Amino acid sequence: MSAATNWTISSVRTALESKKISARELAAEFYSRIDRQNSELNAFLTLSPERAYEQAERVDAAIARGDALPPLAGVPIAIKDVISTQGIRTTCASKILETYVPPYDATAVDRLDRAGAVFLGKTNCDEFAMGGSNENSAYGPVRNPVAPDRVPGGSSGGSAAAVAAGLAVAALGTDTGGSIRQPGSFCGITGLMPTYGRVSRYGLVAFASSLDKIGPFATNVADVAAVLSVIAGHDANDSTSAPVPVANYAAEITKPVEGLRIGVPEDYFGEGLDPEVKSNVEVGIAQLERLGCRRVPLRMPHTDYAIATYYILATAEASSNLARYDGVRYGLRVPGATLTEMYRRTRVRGFGPEVKCRIMLGTYVLSAGYYDAYYLRAQRVRTLIARDFADAFQKVDAIITPTAPTPAFRLGEKTSDPLTMYLADIYTVTGSLAGVPGISVPCGKTRGGLPVGMQLFGPHFKEGSVLQIAHAFEQTRGSLN
Amino acid sequence: MKISREDVLRVAELAHLGLSPEEVETYRNQLDRILSYIDKLNELDLTNVEPMAQVIYASATTDPSGAHPQLREDEIVPCNAAEPVLAAAPDAAKPFFRVPKVIDR
Repeated sequence: MSAATNWTISSVRTALESKKISARELAAEFYSRIDRQNSELNAFLTLSPERAYEQAERVDAAIARGDALPPLAGVPIAIKDVISTQGIRTTCASKILETYVPPYDATAVDRLDRAGAVFLGKTNCDEFAMGGSNENSAYGPVRNPVAPDRVPGGSSGGSAAAVAAGLAVAALGTDTGGSIRQPGSFCGITGLMPTYGRVSRYGLVAFASSLDKIGPFATNVADVAAVLSVIAGHDANDSTSAPVPVANYAAEITKPVEGLRIGVPEDYFGEGLDPEVKSNVEVGIAQLERLGCRRVPLRMPHTDYAIATYYILATAEASSNLARYDGVRYGLRVPGATLTEMYRRTRVRGFGPEVKCRIMLGTYVLSAGYYDAYYLRAQRVRTLIARDFADAFQKVDAIITPTAPTPAFRLGEKTSDPLTMYLADIYTVTGSLAGVPGISVPCGKTRGGLPVGMQLFGPHFKEGSVLQIAHAFEQTRGSLN
Repeated sequence: MKISREDVLRVAELAHLGLSPEEVETYRNQLDRILSYIDKLNELDLTNVEPMAQVIYASATTDPSGAHPQLREDEIVPCNAAEPVLAAAPDAAKPFFRVPKVIDR
């Protein structure tokens, strides 16, 4: 097999069934690619060959016996390092968890394992998933495989870069304010944020519990749908997991899109949007119209308040969730003469600057005297933003926007202060707050060759609709190279 | 100025973060910029708008299947996690986590 082979879930299936390659050989091929490229990209923080080869051998044994294969048999997958993996170090890209090895698998990971996937390793990200460029990792930034002087996006930058560079067929990321969709856009691959409650959060290291979602990355929409089919569904171990039946996404994506109403909110196409991103997304919308979709102009009047709302709520939840890192039960401990001194020394040494900034902001907005002015106010604005979506979905089947206001920016370009980085989340945080599903699908490139992503939002639990439209678009958009 | 050095020190204490004097100044500047930006929420009239703590599915009121997450029965199930959990602790004395002395007598 040449290094240039672009594996997909279905091509892995065909190759295994026709015995052109074994699952073990395929895993070895991916490890040799990682070996060649990871020193430059820094996409993987930890490799897990022991577990990967054990999983691959299980698949090869099933093939030898002639057993029916599970849906992801032998598919090499990368997992973002904020998702717990039994026996495999899980750092959250933080020094505070540098040596932490979880005693259990997250539900999404367990489901992938049962579906026959092969876990190559854990991917780099912004520390505790806090960031939009992967530059907040305690283990160094990830480079964008398309343009190595640029960021891959974040926070799931390692997962996106691994898939884009052909170092994994698919990957799990997490999305709290755009952390799957934006790196998908920057690296030129497809990434899906499912509806809140669609995929269990059990075993996902908590950042902002009312906003966190696990979702897939892949090079194409059908593969994203295949991974979602495996990881979606109710889980008794997550009280916010929804008891809603899981659709047959593989069937949903093949439905025709003719007659679907696509909402285009003007609020997402105004000041701050890069003209080349805008023109690429406009071309994408025009193509969907040619496929028979109807363009419906929309107003979503609270869009401009989403970043302020998000950064109050997400940091408030983070300050509470990250209180657990105190040096007592697991992770780093820096000794101190008193318990309080031990807490302080551990946390100040273990957390990086952005995580400390967010803990401070979250603590401030929840503190006595400020709770009503900030936290409660932001919760009320969240209602208005969710209402914008509910109103829009009375009129349209999906909403289409740019994923990010710019293509991938240069390393160091936005690190001068946190607010500059936060403002780049403008188009993704809205859907995060509303809890609706969103996908980023590649729709073009800038003249400089940087990928541009188009975002589609659907109503709660209508992942099938956004995948269907994204698939119809992908099948007709032509080559992006 | 939205936030003073004293505010930063108070918040750092609440969050159990020991900061150097330079860090206090850095975070004061960063938080000040962010809090000034966040002030834009004051433009909105939020009278009679309910706060939203969790995602509320629009379909929950109309969909008889009920998309709302349901709480499970609070039943005791066996959990033999003590061994691996204590094995990952920085300082364990089974069945306890050991910490600096809290109460002096």
